Amino acid sequence: MGDVKLAFVVQKPQYKSETSRLAITHAISYQTVEILLEDGDIVTPTLCFVGEGVLGLQKGQKAMDLYGITSTETHIKNCLLVDLDVLVCKEDLAKYGIPEDMMPDAEDMGADKKIKVAPFSEIQKAMEDAKHVLFF
Amino acid sequence: MATLTIGCFPGLVGNMTYDFALKLAEAAVNKGHKVNIWFSGNASGSVKAKQKHLKDYSTGEKHLRALIEKGVEICTCEACSIARGVDKTNAIEGIQWNAMHWYLAKIHASDRVLQIGGE
Repeated sequence: MGDVKLAFVVQKPQYKSETSRLAITHAISYQTVEILLEDGDIVTPTLCFVGEGVLGLQKGQKAMDLYGITSTETHIKNCLLVDLDVLVCKEDLAKYGIPEDMMPDAEDMGADKKIKVAPFSEIQKAMEDAKHVLFF
Repeated sequence: MATLTIGCFPGLVGNMTYDFALKLAEAAVNKGHKVNIWFSGNASGSVKAKQKHLKDYSTGEKHLRALIEKGVEICTCEACSIARGVDKTNAIEGIQWNAMHWYLAKIHASDRVLQIGGE
C-alpha cells in the first residue's frame, strides 16, 4: 500500500478541548507506526492548524509550571524534532493578531524543521493530497 | 467488502455522538464490511466493565461486547484510559489496548476513515 498521506486538521483552540491536543500526539505517533506495518509501508502526516485552531500555539507557554501538564509548545517542538510537517494558517493568525514570529521552533533541541506559516490554499492542497483527512 | 476505521473521541455520556459511532459500526459490519474502532480522549473511559445501563444514560458495554462478537476490532488508547482510572483489570474483555500508532496502522489499511470528534 506504500505511503498513505494523512492530513490532521485542528480547528479547536489548544487547552479548550482535549482533542486539539490529541491531534498533535496522534500525528507524532507516525514515528512508531512502522512496527505495525508491512515493510515499505509508511504513513506521512501533515499537521494543519486553521481557524480557532491557531490559538494557543505561541511560544513561551508555562503549562508545566502552572498546571503540571505538558504545554502545546512542547508538543509542537516534538513534532518538529521528528520532522513532521506543521502548517499554520497565515490568514487565521492575522485574523487573531498573532505575529508569525510567535510560533515556536525547536532549534534548542536540534531540530532543523520549522513551522510553516502557510496560506490556506496550501493547507487545502495538503488536504487534497491526503488519502484521509482527520478533523480535530 | 471494504475496511472502515472509526476514530471515536467523544465521551459515552453527555451526547449521542458515541452512540452514533457504535450504531454506524454495527450497520457496516452487518453489511459484511471489516470495521475497526479506535477510542481516544473521553471515549477511552467507555471501556470500563460493569456499566449499569440506566435508561436515562447512553451505555457502551453491551454494544461493545456485541460488536466484538461480530469481529469488530476495538482498541483503546492505553494512556487515555489509565489517565481515567480504567486499566486492563477493570476493562471489558476483548478490547485491545495500544498506543496511537494502532489507529494510524488501521487507517493505513482502510478504504474509509471516519474521525468522530469529541470534547
